[in-house]
Amino acid sequence: MSTTHSRTAGKAMISPAVILLFLWMIVPLAMTLYFSFQFYNLLDPVKSFAGFANYEYFLTDPAFFEALGNTLIIVIGVLCITVIGGTLLALLLDQPMFGQGIVRLLFIAPFFVMPTVSALVWKNMFMNPTNGLFAFLSKLVGSTPIDWLGHHPLASIVMIVSWQWLPFATLILLTAMQSLDSEQIEAAEMDGASALSRFFHIIVPHLARAGTVVILIQTIFLLSIFAEILVTTAGGPGYASTNIPYLVYMQSLLQFDVGGGSAGGIVAVILANIVAIFLMRLVGKNLDL
Amino acid sequence: MGSITLKQVAKRFGDTEVIPPLDLSIEDGEFVVFVGPSGCGKSTLLRLIAGLEDVSDGVIEIDGKNATDLPPAKRGLAMVFQSYALYPHMSVRKNIAFPLKMAGMDQAAIDAKVNGAAATLNLGDYIDRRPGQLSGGQRQRVAIGRAIVREPSAFLFDEPLSNLDAALRGNMRLEISELHQTLATTMVYVTHDQVEAMTMADKIVVLRAGHIEQVGSPLDLYREPANLFVAGFIGSPAMNIIAGPAAEAYGAPTIGVRPEHMELSHDEGTWRGVVGVSEHLGSDTFLRVDVEGVGTLTARAGGEFPARHGDTVGLTPDPERMHRFDANGLRIAG
Repeated sequence: MSTTHSRTAGKAMISPAVILLFLWMIVPLAMTLYFSFQFYNLLDPVKSFAGFANYEYFLTDPAFFEALGNTLIIVIGVLCITVIGGTLLALLLDQPMFGQGIVRLLFIAPFFVMPTVSALVWKNMFMNPTNGLFAFLSKLVGSTPIDWLGHHPLASIVMIVSWQWLPFATLILLTAMQSLDSEQIEAAEMDGASALSRFFHIIVPHLARAGTVVILIQTIFLLSIFAEILVTTAGGPGYASTNIPYLVYMQSLLQFDVGGGSAGGIVAVILANIVAIFLMRLVGKNLDL
Repeated sequence: MGSITLKQVAKRFGDTEVIPPLDLSIEDGEFVVFVGPSGCGKSTLLRLIAGLEDVSDGVIEIDGKNATDLPPAKRGLAMVFQSYALYPHMSVRKNIAFPLKMAGMDQAAIDAKVNGAAATLNLGDYIDRRPGQLSGGQRQRVAIGRAIVREPSAFLFDEPLSNLDAALRGNMRLEISELHQTLATTMVYVTHDQVEAMTMADKIVVLRAGHIEQVGSPLDLYREPANLFVAGFIGSPAMNIIAGPAAEAYGAPTIGVRPEHMELSHDEGTWRGVVGVSEHLGSDTFLRVDVEGVGTLTARAGGEFPARHGDTVGLTPDPERMHRFDANGLRIAG
């Protein structure tokens, strides 16, 4: 498969798939880019060129900075909880115990629950200030129930999303942990390393690559958290739990401002790329790319 | 410093008894080799001494003190693993320094010791590389370096040479023997290769299914194997085991004759047979000879012995150096 002839044939063969994928990506992006330079409101049939007005409007909106902050808090908060919690859980699940298969399955279950469903379960069954489980527990010890979604909307969102993504991190880190050569742990034991130093000197470095994969994949999904916000707080109170994707949604579908929404979308794409470059610099070296 | 005594030590995994109660004493400064076929419990025995497995019964004493329940690090032993078990994310220097760092030694003392070990083992060229960038032999040396910096009272080796190619294995065998001469520390070495056992050991422990079959110096085992198993295991090529009428002619149910203890000739011999395969090594010639009524025998001849497939040769065993075994496979003295 390495003659010039066969290589040309190979390129011709894969080109339909590549062209399809390219169009799939470039057409929506180009249309969004086009709309972002138009005054285009669904309530007003007349479209006209807007220049950078949509961008100026979106970027100077105080809600934008709040949403940007919220997006970063959600991403960083969930990453911290899932990576640290996932490592500890993986450590726990790696121990030989009775019913290991079932326990592992139970831990992975939340990942298979749809975001809207799990957010509703959390909203109505756990966080509801009158009927929720947390309220019940508060009353049990005699304290006032907390109105989670009303008073701590962002923390609640972070909690719900962490619950969903913890199994993913645990699963990846657990498989990484199982690939650690047991002789390395034994050698460290012979070398006089305590359980804690074995963890930090042997296990954590071994998990670095898997951890990088977890961080990169989760960041992609966490930047675009939407369903959980829609069904629990609807971005509120005020803009307290609005992130960038939710702000774009409000702009284009609640205020019918397609032009402004598109500008927001382009801003989100640029932000995601900045985060991606930053992350690749920071942790990508672990991947040996 | 460095004597190890096992008293009635046994190991069970669930209901399976891997090692039935056994006694063994290893003197200070000795090079002891545990040898046996795979699955005979030799690695388990080593891991029991290291403390990586808990003993089910019995007492392990190190330097006369009961060490049965001590954690591995407190036993003053260092181990070299089959897979080397180097820490892949640390440089060679950090690998070797790791046990010292864990012992809380200060940086200057660590540097001095690491440099000393590096000089002993010639690690200087690759001290700042990672294990992944080293060859098998270099990794082996680093693993030994990591063991010697701790100045243990005994070294434990778990089949350390089995991942190396033949030439390198020969070199490392010499290096480990020289290291033993220099350090004069007790070494316990596990292998399935009887050549390693014969060449390196002061004392060989032959194991089968967790039982100690025989303990002795290499030449003791070669000259007076206690039973058929040891007779067949020690020596290369393996001893010829002959049963039936041919053996009864020498007054035992089973006899053993080493290939090197038979006289070969083209004309005459006690046993006459046809050469199947002849291996000419230059210094020696090994012949596989089919003898009717006796079986296939291996015989050693001088390097220049002319014999080819299909030739008829005569074999005459040396009755003085013949091993006689009773019906239970035990050696008949005398």
